[in-house]
Amino acid sequence: MAHLVIIGNGITGITTARHVRKRADLQITVISAETEYFYSRPALMYIYMGHMRYQDIKPYEDWFWQKNRIDLIRSYVTAIDTDSKTVHLETGRSLAYDKLVIATGSQSNKFGWPGQDLPGVQGLYGMQDLELMQRDTAGINRAVVVGGGLIGVEMAEMLCSRKIPVTFLVREKFYWDNILPEGEASLVARHVRSHGIDLRLQTELQEILPGKNGRVRAVVTNKGEEINCEFVGLTAGVHPNIQVVKNSKIAFGKGVLVDEYFETNIADIYAAGDCAEIKATAAGEKNRLEQLWYTGRLQAMALAKTLGGERTKYERGVWFNSAKFFDIEYQTYGLVSNEPRAGERSFYWEHAQGQRCLRIVYEAESGAVIGFNLLGMRFRHEVCDYWIREKRAIDEVMENLREANFAPEFFKTFEPEILAAYQRQNPNKRLQLKHRRNFFEQIFPKGFSRGASTNPATLSARP
Amino acid sequence: MALLQIQPLSALGHDDTGHDLTALSWAKKISLGSFGLGLLLLLVCATGVAKSNPLLFLILSLGLMVVGAVAYFIVASREAAPGIKNNHLFTNAMTSRGAIAWVTGILITGFYIILYWTPGLLEHWIRLVDPLSFLIVGQPADQWFLYGTFYTLAVLVMGLRMILVKYRHNNYHIARTLSIMFFQLGFAFLIPSLLKRLNQPDFYFSYFWPLKYNYLFPNDVHALISHPGRLGVFMVFWGAMMTLIATPILTYLFGKRWYCSWVCGCGGLANTLGDPWRHLSDKSLGAWKIERWMIHAVLVFITVTTALLWINSATSGHILGSISNALGKIYGFLIGAIFSGVIGVGFYPLMGARVWCRFGCPMAAILGMLQKYFSRFRITTNGGQCMSCGNCSTYCEMGIDVRWYAERGQNIIRASCVGCGICSAVCPRGVLKLENGSRKGRYNLTLDDALIEH
Repeated sequence: MAHLVIIGNGITGITTARHVRKRADLQITVISAETEYFYSRPALMYIYMGHMRYQDIKPYEDWFWQKNRIDLIRSYVTAIDTDSKTVHLETGRSLAYDKLVIATGSQSNKFGWPGQDLPGVQGLYGMQDLELMQRDTAGINRAVVVGGGLIGVEMAEMLCSRKIPVTFLVREKFYWDNILPEGEASLVARHVRSHGIDLRLQTELQEILPGKNGRVRAVVTNKGEEINCEFVGLTAGVHPNIQVVKNSKIAFGKGVLVDEYFETNIADIYAAGDCAEIKATAAGEKNRLEQLWYTGRLQAMALAKTLGGERTKYERGVWFNSAKFFDIEYQTYGLVSNEPRAGERSFYWEHAQGQRCLRIVYEAESGAVIGFNLLGMRFRHEVCDYWIREKRAIDEVMENLREANFAPEFFKTFEPEILAAYQRQNPNKRLQLKHRRNFFEQIFPKGFSRGASTNPATLSARP
Repeated sequence: MALLQIQPLSALGHDDTGHDLTALSWAKKISLGSFGLGLLLLLVCATGVAKSNPLLFLILSLGLMVVGAVAYFIVASREAAPGIKNNHLFTNAMTSRGAIAWVTGILITGFYIILYWTPGLLEHWIRLVDPLSFLIVGQPADQWFLYGTFYTLAVLVMGLRMILVKYRHNNYHIARTLSIMFFQLGFAFLIPSLLKRLNQPDFYFSYFWPLKYNYLFPNDVHALISHPGRLGVFMVFWGAMMTLIATPILTYLFGKRWYCSWVCGCGGLANTLGDPWRHLSDKSLGAWKIERWMIHAVLVFITVTTALLWINSATSGHILGSISNALGKIYGFLIGAIFSGVIGVGFYPLMGARVWCRFGCPMAAILGMLQKYFSRFRITTNGGQCMSCGNCSTYCEMGIDVRWYAERGQNIIRASCVGCGICSAVCPRGVLKLENGSRKGRYNLTLDDALIEH
């Protein structure tokens, strides 16, 4: 039986293993130095906050792996010998493989700040980081979080749950403004501040200062201010973790270089997930890194098909992502850039209380919708995916907004208000909200409204 | 890269954080002080000191407790922003099977044992609620009036916690909690009390066979029918109609939740008093297997018992003699008293609040079968947005591994789901939505993922 070895037991490695198991009768071994079992990385924060324990963030019970004949090895891979098709483990053991998947994920960025390696300074990526954070935040008076992305706000929320005062340094003018347009970014910033976080925009970390005990004592900002703290969270993004290929014949750039089939330059070796850098296929395009939970899973599903004997090109489908900023949920579908691009228009609605908003980006000429941003509201993935994929016009989307509503029952809905806002911006249009439900239909809903007026095929980006 | 020394993972979340996470504001301390004082007074009343003036002691003891609790909720809602705040549930001794939880479990269990088998020990408490009983029932209290008072107060006060604090941002939970408070206060407390006052049969219009198993036992049916006046006949009709007609129709339309999370008093107590312990349910596959055997065994037990009682009754006891009566008594003792009462509520702090509903309730078994095969209800998963964090599974009081379905983009249709809606509320990605809709495509097994062995 051919032997498939997977390095890394994150979402990419494990999804690959599970899907290959369904498709092919290979011997499957997953190697991880981090934890014995697969767990949900985005859920690490909930352990710190006491919402869950380690066993609760493991999606599968421990018997699952043996039952599905997926062998787990807890060790660190020190080298890959591509000639003899062998991986060498820290324990001295070697494993022969027929096919190898590198799914080693990523590592927190550090930008050479003085003091970045002091005790009490860390990123948040894996289980060891969480343990370190548990230890190093015990009894402290202030923490500083650096970097205006998703992990930064998570870390701020974690610290907040333990009543640790947090100063949050964000280099940009708005929170996460390389992704979020100004409206959304300001909304999030207001909300973060409402939780007592000392959010400093346009403020950069200059230096981290040690105290007499050799641990972090303070940070200095680019404005010359010194902020006393006993813990610094560095959350300025991540980069591919490719240590394991550096001394091998496997080609790498920022990440392990792969084609659209996740094949590396060496036959029978693949890489996927955060650690993979997908080579551009057309002139003018750039290589891409996709470092999300969702893309890790989607990539693994495509790769598993290939490994199962059905060589499959990775086609991601319509982009989507989601997050939560303290109490405000965020969803995005399609492409919404922070600055409007040429030929695009954008409709933005924000609720009077400033806790929810909707942005729809569309092509100026055809009106075809390109992307949705939502804060404090839930839309149906299927419906947005369909609208974007089928290039439905903004007017049609506005009239059919109720189709997308995914708010829980009894929640207030905002479609009339949103449509009214759109009408005010487009006074020459006469639009009518559809799918109003009368009393009878509320009791006997048809449910499951899918795309606008026709029935779409299945989701292109279905998990 | 050198690996860090890894501590046992089970220790995670149980370290001493060094922060005073339970620090209380003065407003909270005063509220709790009032509650504690009332509780102390209540305990003292068990010695009989209230005999001279039960009304005064009743108002002081229960009044201080209720006022203290409600004040605490109001303060708590002002001190924290609305939203899901399950912080430190797994490090708090009361909610993570710590010492306080064990003591609380033993106290509640003990109360039930005394209530069922040695109510004489509660004599002074029963006399304490006499003024209330005279007011509503027009006669002295008995142990069941005392129990009803405590039970209803627990649902009302802890229901306020749901509405004012914990889920105040969530209209589904507000509506659902108001409904269970209404049915407990009206249908399970005031109406039965008033019926008694009017010399009518003792009857709960919100409980049906097989949960209230004796409502279709021949003795009870005969007693109701032969009761003077027409109300007894109506009660028999109501009970039979609810069991045989309304239950299937309502479950078809809304799923099991119309009863388990909106009407039922057992579910009502679980979703109010029991809410802080909901995460303690066992999510393992093993527990699911036990659940399916147990709950259906109880259903078979009560169905057979009821059938035998009717055969016995029809043949005037010639065929089965005393066997059916004995079965009825055994069911009443084992299931009615020990399972649904002592274990069902007593073990809240250790096993979560839905132990009875999940493993024992024959009504839930019937509703579950209807829900699984004959209902428009399902929990819809929002495409691919699940990131497998596990909040939904952790906070499912019925021990359903919701995540298993959600991460596959699969609708959640499970016999045991009571539709409480907490999975949807705690999901940090807005992935889950409780829906009634067309039965077509309800089981959306579109993902080949569902084929993986498990």
